[in-house]
Amino acid sequence: METTKKKFNWRGLGVSLLVLYIVFLIGPIASLDVPAIAAAIKANPIQLIQFLIIGISNGAIIAIIALGYTMVYGIIELINFAHGDVYMIGVFTSLTVLSVTGTLDSKDPVRITLGLILALVVAVVVGAVLNASIERLAYRRLRNAPRLAPLISAIGMSFIIENLGLMWAAQAWLVPSFGTTGGASQKVFPDMLSVMFNSLGQDVNLLASSGLPLRFTIKDLLVIILAVSLMIGLYLFVQRTTLGKAMRATAQNRDAAKMLGIDIDRVITATFLIGGGLAGAAGLMAGLYNNTAWWFMGFRAGLQAFTAAVLGGIGNITGAMLGGFLIGLLASFSDGYLSTRWTNAWVFTVLVLILLFRPTGLLGEQTGQKA
Amino acid sequence: MLELKDVHTYYGNIHALKGISLTVNDGEIVTLIGSNGAGKSTTLRTIQGLNKPRSGSIVLDGTELHKLPAHQIATMGVAQSPEGRMIFPRMTVLENLEMGAYVRKDRSTFNDDLEHVFKLFPRLKERINQKGGTLSGGEQQMLAMGRALMAKPKILLLDEPSMGLAPLLVELIFDIIQEINKEGTTVLLVEQNALMALSIAHRGYVLQTGEIILSDDAQSLKNNEMVKKSYLGVE
Repeated sequence: METTKKKFNWRGLGVSLLVLYIVFLIGPIASLDVPAIAAAIKANPIQLIQFLIIGISNGAIIAIIALGYTMVYGIIELINFAHGDVYMIGVFTSLTVLSVTGTLDSKDPVRITLGLILALVVAVVVGAVLNASIERLAYRRLRNAPRLAPLISAIGMSFIIENLGLMWAAQAWLVPSFGTTGGASQKVFPDMLSVMFNSLGQDVNLLASSGLPLRFTIKDLLVIILAVSLMIGLYLFVQRTTLGKAMRATAQNRDAAKMLGIDIDRVITATFLIGGGLAGAAGLMAGLYNNTAWWFMGFRAGLQAFTAAVLGGIGNITGAMLGGFLIGLLASFSDGYLSTRWTNAWVFTVLVLILLFRPTGLLGEQTGQKA
Repeated sequence: MLELKDVHTYYGNIHALKGISLTVNDGEIVTLIGSNGAGKSTTLRTIQGLNKPRSGSIVLDGTELHKLPAHQIATMGVAQSPEGRMIFPRMTVLENLEMGAYVRKDRSTFNDDLEHVFKLFPRLKERINQKGGTLSGGEQQMLAMGRALMAKPKILLLDEPSMGLAPLLVELIFDIIQEINKEGTTVLLVEQNALMALSIAHRGYVLQTGEIILSDDAQSLKNNEMVKKSYLGVE
């Protein structure tokens, strides 16, 4: 029983002050020019709202990817480093579906809608099956090994999938190159939603009639609606269904779950299926929203989503959603007011500070302990 | 009903169970007593399939449990209130109990079983929407037993139900164990509190460093000089 008040973490404060000092020292490079930023906000306050919109939309995508990290960590305490690459495969899968079905060349709204729905379904299935296969292949037999072993295996899987993505990107018959060169360069993911909206005679910007200098496009709307419904669906699934409860039980005490007749292997497979399916859906959303497809895009997205999961409290589903939106906002404001080149540095500064001061994350406070 | 024959279990290179043989008959309370590290909990974990025996057989009503994975053993009618209680701390009392009924295909009597558990442990009903981790030690013990009962097991394995509880609560728990037994559930009870265990059990086994050194009916064990000296603290 600990009765004394917890001692303040002076050492942690010292280290982070040092980190901040260095950040301010390189301020001009990191573009942390406070007066200039203040002036920019003053000159165009409505721009702030614009960055907010972009941040929420990108944050929604990050949150969906973060859910996969957090669910897997919750159940087998493994950071699935290949998860970001499953998302990348999701982008290429949906691009290929859109291309093969001829949706990319079409301007017919019905055809585009059907194509997008098909792309979503295929991306979800491919992501789910790929993620579950990774578990079966690379993690299951290492379940009782020292924790470093599956971690290294995860990094290996990440490399393998990235190279699969590179090979995939090089297949012109699967992924049209739109004038870009070879497989290693970024490819265009056509802005199908705008095409569809334009052919309907509508303005892509839903705020166009308001006269405000803001863009809230159909893309933002779709991404947010899709992400929020996936989150609500997942939350209800985990809270209400028997399988969802079995997942939580397994995460909280694996031996007790086994003892009660829960088939651990099945629960873990289901977790990877759901996480992978979400990553696949995020792939389609990101492709439509940011309009690029790149074999290496899973790395950055994966790290951002991982940071989001840690920020919210790894293992905590609500936390991953919250962390996703926060990281999306941070990245958007950094892109807007600082410099896009420093966005990742800021994201990782957040990660370091969290690990120093609140390793359990924002919502990671747990009642009771693992028995 | 349950029969263990020459069961050997290892933790890595440590030989934890050195040929355990015991039987539990239908309707009995059988207790397994012994000091720390004697292998009591390991015996229960081995029956449940959480530890696999390296040799020997475990048979429940003709089914060879040692050949089944843990989650299937639960479906055969073996339920356990384990060492350390192992309740789910971030699930509510109700959810914990629902998980207890996970193995049962037939959900029609779920509410009746729930009421039955609440009748045995009224405290759980008061705490129904509280998270398991916020319960007191005694309540957690009740939850662990209630959760095991929700599976409607043929045999209930109880691992140290008195551990860390106030004496008054220990008596209550032991009364409830007898009640559960009278309702027709066979009980295999592991206890350090040998006096309490022998006072409610029909038969008992004494375990020492992975071997059974003595077995008899509970009354005779209580009067056995060696048991008196080593486990009951009587000079």
